[in-house]
Amino acid sequence: MRSAAVLPALAAALIGVAIIASGIGPYPIPPQDVVAALARRVVGAVNPAPIDTVLFQIRLPRVLAAALVGAALSAAGAAYQSLFRNPLVSPDILGVSTGAGLGAVLGILLGLPVAAIQFLGFGGGLATVLIVAALARALRGGGDILVLVLAGIVVGALAGAAISLVKVLADPYEQLPAITFWLLGSLAGVKPADVAATLPVVVIGLAPLVLLRWRIGVLSLGDDEARALGVEVTRLRAIVIAAATLVTASVVAISGVIGWVGLMVPHMARLLVGPRFDRMLPASILIGAAFMMAVDTLARSGARIEIPLGVLTAVIGGPLFVWLLARGRRRALP
Amino acid sequence: MNTSLSRRLFALGLMLAAAALTTAPAFARTVTDSAGRAVEIPDTISRVFAAGPPASTLLYVLAPEKMIGWVRAPREAEKPYLTASVRDLPELGRLTGRGDTLNLERLVAAKPDIVIDFGTINDTYRSLANRVQQQAGIPYLLIDGRFENTAEAIRLLADVLGVKGRGEALASATDAILRQVDDVIARVPASDRPRVYLARGTEGLESGSRGSINTEIIERVGATNVVEGLREKGGLVNVSAEQIIAFAPDTIITLDRSFAQTVAGKPAWQPVPAVREKRVFLAPSLPFGFVDVPPSVNRLIGLTWLLHILYPDKAPGDLKEQVRSFYKLFYQVDLDDAALARVLDGAG
Repeated sequence: MRSAAVLPALAAALIGVAIIASGIGPYPIPPQDVVAALARRVVGAVNPAPIDTVLFQIRLPRVLAAALVGAALSAAGAAYQSLFRNPLVSPDILGVSTGAGLGAVLGILLGLPVAAIQFLGFGGGLATVLIVAALARALRGGGDILVLVLAGIVVGALAGAAISLVKVLADPYEQLPAITFWLLGSLAGVKPADVAATLPVVVIGLAPLVLLRWRIGVLSLGDDEARALGVEVTRLRAIVIAAATLVTASVVAISGVIGWVGLMVPHMARLLVGPRFDRMLPASILIGAAFMMAVDTLARSGARIEIPLGVLTAVIGGPLFVWLLARGRRRALP
Repeated sequence: MNTSLSRRLFALGLMLAAAALTTAPAFARTVTDSAGRAVEIPDTISRVFAAGPPASTLLYVLAPEKMIGWVRAPREAEKPYLTASVRDLPELGRLTGRGDTLNLERLVAAKPDIVIDFGTINDTYRSLANRVQQQAGIPYLLIDGRFENTAEAIRLLADVLGVKGRGEALASATDAILRQVDDVIARVPASDRPRVYLARGTEGLESGSRGSINTEIIERVGATNVVEGLREKGGLVNVSAEQIIAFAPDTIITLDRSFAQTVAGKPAWQPVPAVREKRVFLAPSLPFGFVDVPPSVNRLIGLTWLLHILYPDKAPGDLKEQVRSFYKLFYQVDLDDAALARVLDGAG
């Protein structure tokens, strides 16, 4: 595929998926009603029909949230795969998702309101990575990637154990179902306020990754090579980790733990546009957003009840990825 | 002559041993529990361990004097609605069900005469019962917890515990309530049956699908549960706000106080008929839930309550008096007007 045409094509596909996703859901809204509702909104009509409520209070925020989640997780995954020079890395390698999960299930255990649960999730994710970074710095002075990864594994395992303990202590009739469902990931309860809070954070977090994408790509050559090319490795690494953690924690706080997307979408992007990070990152963001919107559409309309997102991303993404691998075997993997 | 003497000594030794063994425990009766297991139980039973919250509630209504503790200690708000002798019993933990927190050693240390479990009967629970019985040496009875089996369950446990008089009184009251329900719904045509959504959690997005134990009594009073599940026997499910709008329930029963208070102000719920017509009802929960949790005999009064809110013109009698007499008979507490109002208001 000609690389110059791919990114615009992906962007167009993303918009197409967004439009289609907005029209599908348990509450039937024909496409012409979608357009009419949008027109009413633009004009500023005061009397909302039920369709307006469904569209603007429930469905569009959800579609937008799905795009944010997909974009954030894919970008974080792509950045980490370049940073750690390892194609099997997911955004959770430093424990941000597990830490966010711990914060949120503690909130559920304590019976806190939803906003507090989300905030605890966000805080838990950030705190976990801070602990990991501090631990790695204390152990080896911050220059060694391996120590960082090991610290991430250890702290992530501790957070995972704490989550299991919370599950044992939770009330099986009232709290445990909520905890289980949260840990599987879902956008069923997304409100416009959630999107309004998450959107700026994700944009702020993605900005450094996008602006510095050439230098991040250089990092995958190895520390010495990168330094020889004028890249400040330690500082760049810190920026990438901070940005990826910020976007991941903020989306996990509203959607719960969704695995597989951050691991797989960068590979899809790589198969389409090649391994160069400055092309792969925008492609990952676009593909991730579209993929998540499609999966969430299925989550809300596949059955009469909500299907957890984490289940769907694995069930759909796995075979899809195998198919892409079989087709694009000629493309280089780093 | 040596062999016949040693043979006699051997026979004497055997008889002594047999005598010693038979004098130890006083297991005089054999009962058959709901799972078809023949269990040997002592003649008199004075200490009973309840394995989970449904069993706890069943034991409390039948024989509170034989309780040795609660699965979960009652909260302060619940204590005034329980009879005085059980309010401060210790919390012992749960033995089976979703989440074991009890160590078998602690079970033995509590020195119960028998253990009872009230809930699902399947091979898993049968084998669990047998294992505990063998390891701890305490008789373990399984009682079928299905709602339509309530009167039978009461009679079975009453027979085991030796409180047949009380058991018969409670079982007759149970039959009377169920007859009343059937009477009322026989007079309601199918087209007038309400469409009900059970809203759990502060966001109200968790519910029980059709056939689930959570919505059992809502369906028993003839209402249609709007949430169709994937299987015939439902369970806990999550739904999106959009889906609820599409279901268009005309009545919402919620278990969460903050949901009941805030739902009218949530824009995403405005298109729901139940919210527009202000038919959102908070289920009482003192001392035990009327509708959902725990899934035990406490739901009988929930049937009466549902009759009055779903079919107000057809439900017989005064709800307040019926609640008062239920609490007196089953929970052995007298409710004054203030307490009754607090219960029906959904406090706690």
